[in-house]
Amino acid sequence: MAEVEIKHLSKSFDDLIVLDDISLKINEGENVVIFGRSGSGKSVLLKCIVRLLEPDSGDILIEGENVFTLSIKRLNELRKQIGFLFQSAALYDSMSVRENLEFPLIRNFNFLQSEREKKVKEVLEKVSLEDAIDKMPAELSGGMKKRIGLARTIITKPKLILYDEPTTGLDPITSKEISQLIVELQKDLNTTSIIVTHDLICAKIIATHAVVLKDGKIRYEGNLENLTSKEDPFLKDFFSSEIITDKNERV
Amino acid sequence: METKTNIQKGFSTASKRLKEFFSTVSGLSLFTIEFFKNVFLPPYEFAEVKKHMDELGVKTLPIVSVTGFIIGLVLAMQSQPVMARFGAEAFLPGMVALSVVRELGPVITALIFAGRVSSGIGAELGSMRVTEQIDAMEVSAINPFKFLVVTRVLACTIMLPMLTVYVIFLAIFGGYLAIFLSQNINFTLYLHSVVQSVEFTDLIPGIAKTFFFGFIVGIVGAYEGYNTENGTVGVGRASTSSVVISSLLILLVDMVLVKITVFLWR
Repeated sequence: MAEVEIKHLSKSFDDLIVLDDISLKINEGENVVIFGRSGSGKSVLLKCIVRLLEPDSGDILIEGENVFTLSIKRLNELRKQIGFLFQSAALYDSMSVRENLEFPLIRNFNFLQSEREKKVKEVLEKVSLEDAIDKMPAELSGGMKKRIGLARTIITKPKLILYDEPTTGLDPITSKEISQLIVELQKDLNTTSIIVTHDLICAKIIATHAVVLKDGKIRYEGNLENLTSKEDPFLKDFFSSEIITDKNERV
Repeated sequence: METKTNIQKGFSTASKRLKEFFSTVSGLSLFTIEFFKNVFLPPYEFAEVKKHMDELGVKTLPIVSVTGFIIGLVLAMQSQPVMARFGAEAFLPGMVALSVVRELGPVITALIFAGRVSSGIGAELGSMRVTEQIDAMEVSAINPFKFLVVTRVLACTIMLPMLTVYVIFLAIFGGYLAIFLSQNINFTLYLHSVVQSVEFTDLIPGIAKTFFFGFIVGIVGAYEGYNTENGTVGVGRASTSSVVISSLLILLVDMVLVKITVFLWR
């Protein structure tokens, strides 16, 4: 499992301040959901954690190691223990589902062909898409792409998984299935997860902890139940539509 | 007052364009340095290079075949009346062969290759960038530069000289066909005339420069695609810029290399 500590992180693009002195600690085994309006810096924060983006200032420590001062070699060693599910799933277009899943195994680990086959079948079974093994990404629906993306993320059994809007653009049933899948995987693999989402239903299924970002700062951090009952006008406004959807769904 | 505003606008646009130009030049230079830093380091992606040689090179064969054949044919057809006017028809096979070997074959093949391959690389890598596939590779601890860029540039650098040799042969055959149709010349005689006219020192510079052209096509396409921004609009722009910049660079580098060749071989 992995512990993530974000210290005074700031990031801006030209004059636009996206993250402003963010500090956050995510304990081992925690599932943290990050909420915020579009453009509030949620995805930027995730990309900073894996050093896809360099911040203007601040540090991010994963298992005590500062990701911004690591050599590329050490950073890649660390990245092998991190899974990242992109919003668009980011499946490699030119490769079949099998090749997509085998790709990180071939590149980073010395598994035999038979071991790779076994792992591919195992993860496809987990996401209930065994029949899609020889399909190309273009032949898959949005939900199937997300599931295969998830399968590719977990095939290396990472200690830390970052999810960038895992349920966005999916119908409510598929969203719920993916959320439940994330919880099952978390239990199976015993991972720490950071989930960026707008989906309160998804968050309620997954989260043990919630963070709300506004104007580049943390507006709220704590328990998810307390979050929806807060009197803060921004939080009330932000969650009102989500709560209505949630209630409708329950009805 | 309005004239002053127009002048200011003109200066502003010109300075923006100049900034973009220098930004591309510096970016491309750094990208090339990055290529040489990566190309000698393991892992060596031989399988990927082979795959791209097929994708980028072998699949360009139909279009360069037609082009090569027509260059030779048209060149001979156009030159024949002029050569006849000076009573130099006997030199026609040699003239066609020399033109094709020294200049037309390498440059036209490179321009066709740039049009098909550089834009393709730009669009493919651009799409991968905007759909976060390159980021996905990076977070999986895989070097995307090595896997995507180095392999494609190497494939282009290897394949273009091969395609050029093939085009030269086809163009010479096209030239024969044109002369045969008007003069009914024997193929052995034509070939003898070609071999007598073309020397080894004509062939070497012509082929050697295609290694540079192939490298330009690959590196420009990869640079434009790898650094794509602004979604699908950016992909279109990357594809277009790849062709424009690589074609322009091919012509500029050709001019420099011809000057060097003339200086060395005179």
